[in-house]
Amino acid sequence: MSRRTTGLAIEAEGLTRSFGDTRALAGIDLQVPAGTVYGLLGPNGAGKTTAVRVLATLLRPDGGSARVFGHDVVTEADKVRSRVSLTGQYASVDEDLTGTENLVLLARLLGLRKPAARERAAALLAAFGLTDASDRQVKKYSGGMRRRIDIAASILNTPDLLFLDEPTTGLDPRSRNQVWEIVRAVVSHGTTVLLTTQYLDEADQLAGRIAVVDHGRVIAEGTPGELKSSIGSGTVHLRLRDPAQRPEAERVLREALDVPVQLAADPVALTARVGEAGTDLDASAQAARALSDLARAGIVVDNFSLGQPSLDEVFLALTDHPAVPTDERDDELEAAR
Amino acid sequence: MSDTTTTTAERAPSVYVPSAEALATVLAPGARPPRPSALGASLTFGWRAMLKIKHVPEQLFDVTAFPIIMVLMFTYLFGGALAGSPREYLQFFLPGIMVTSVVMITMYTGIGLNTDIEKGIFDRFRTLPVWRPAALVGMIFGDVLRYILAAVVILGLGLVLGFRPEGGVVGVATGIGLLVIFSFAFSWVWTFFGLILRSEKSVMGVSMMVLFPLTFLSNVFVEPSTMPGWLQAFVKVNPVTQLVAAIRGAMSGDSDPSATMWLLLWSAGFVLVFGTLTMYRYNRR
Repeated sequence: MSRRTTGLAIEAEGLTRSFGDTRALAGIDLQVPAGTVYGLLGPNGAGKTTAVRVLATLLRPDGGSARVFGHDVVTEADKVRSRVSLTGQYASVDEDLTGTENLVLLARLLGLRKPAARERAAALLAAFGLTDASDRQVKKYSGGMRRRIDIAASILNTPDLLFLDEPTTGLDPRSRNQVWEIVRAVVSHGTTVLLTTQYLDEADQLAGRIAVVDHGRVIAEGTPGELKSSIGSGTVHLRLRDPAQRPEAERVLREALDVPVQLAADPVALTARVGEAGTDLDASAQAARALSDLARAGIVVDNFSLGQPSLDEVFLALTDHPAVPTDERDDELEAAR
Repeated sequence: MSDTTTTTAERAPSVYVPSAEALATVLAPGARPPRPSALGASLTFGWRAMLKIKHVPEQLFDVTAFPIIMVLMFTYLFGGALAGSPREYLQFFLPGIMVTSVVMITMYTGIGLNTDIEKGIFDRFRTLPVWRPAALVGMIFGDVLRYILAAVVILGLGLVLGFRPEGGVVGVATGIGLLVIFSFAFSWVWTFFGLILRSEKSVMGVSMMVLFPLTFLSNVFVEPSTMPGWLQAFVKVNPVTQLVAAIRGAMSGDSDPSATMWLLLWSAGFVLVFGTLTMYRYNRR
């Protein structure tokens, strides 16, 4: 029996939610196609976690409405719960219990009898490389193992929709790659994944579509390609040897790239976006041309780099303000009580 | 010798590489099992409480050492002055101190719940399609075991010190049963505070403010007839007074139906009022 679902996994219109004076959601609209990875990208405090908590039935919205597979998250919360699963940013398994105990506990709560629950737990632990750690308390796990047991607990019932709230924050690069592989496997089996992240490259790697969230609103939406081409696919950073040459360098760069050049606070540094929509050359060719033009003009460049736009640059481009982190959950815990 | 080498090699930590095939076997959607019954889910959460006791046995300190200290301290502190001898006093005092100790440890229900919420594990429980109160009921089931343990420890110590209940085994068991019923009901007060208060510390603070007057301004330590009138009025309506009277009656073989009825009414009231408030907050968060 396949549970592959077509159509929309999530439809949200005008979701609002405040905690005291903090407006965590200021009218979020979302349309998440089933069977894909959808990324919510934004800084801490943008409203990502609140949005996930509303969609996962943990929090009631103040206004607006949301449906998960056609079921309203407020009035049909129980139907939603039977099809979704959440891996929160914070502990979503019991740290005092062992890996096996955690999974058996949750499997039993999902209705499996004890032998079946044990079998399921063992299979999941094996698939997630945790068999050796199965009888150890979760608080003794490493960060990467913690995330794996969190995710294993979330797919006990192979949910139709899996929420992953910042699944790789604080992980080392290797553990991060492992989580990415797991997410790819999960979605290839028909589960829709809603992923929140602060990292553009993570959304880029995994998500079919991305919504950029800021101050409780979606400020841009599209495929990673669309988003990047709207703000330029790369950024060049330059450091000159002689600060006196900076005005000259700025002029040369502006002509070579045909984009505005930003002067950093550092008197020898310049930044420019390359690969904007509408130019013929790709980012690396543009950067190469800029570099040779600078050399011809006799400008000495000490340091040159071409990179993907960082989240901060995406934000700057989309909102004209840098991504300012605040701690959303603290606000929520403060206000909810 | 070669055996040793093999073992070491096998135990060398290996880097986990997610394998598509291994993940495929666990991701295949199986038939969804029927949702567990309300009782089944609650008992499963109770099993979690048992596992926590297994892994963190220190938490039993509250239900063993604390009651022992309470019994010894007050028996020998007040015994001579109030009843002529500690042994005489114990016949009156033991049911009371049993109630005081057990009612005081009900506050750990609130503290435990508050910690679970702070850590985030309750978010997982609240997204499960199970009977909503199950997580809380299961938690209190686990606590009930602690109440029984505390009561038995106190009874055992009392018997050693010379407590001789005339109600016999049946009377004593009835008394402990009544205590457990009341404590189960009273725990819902703390689940409510555990949900609305900010931190473990504030739960503890509120508990102390409620529990001290409730247990001391009662018939636990002395007969209320020695108290001023206004205090007697409070003592008379205090549910702890009814509970102690009912248990004293049961254990001494001279049951007190009026106190027992009041105690059961109070218990029903606590579950009704604070159970409802708790579930309201639990669902609204």
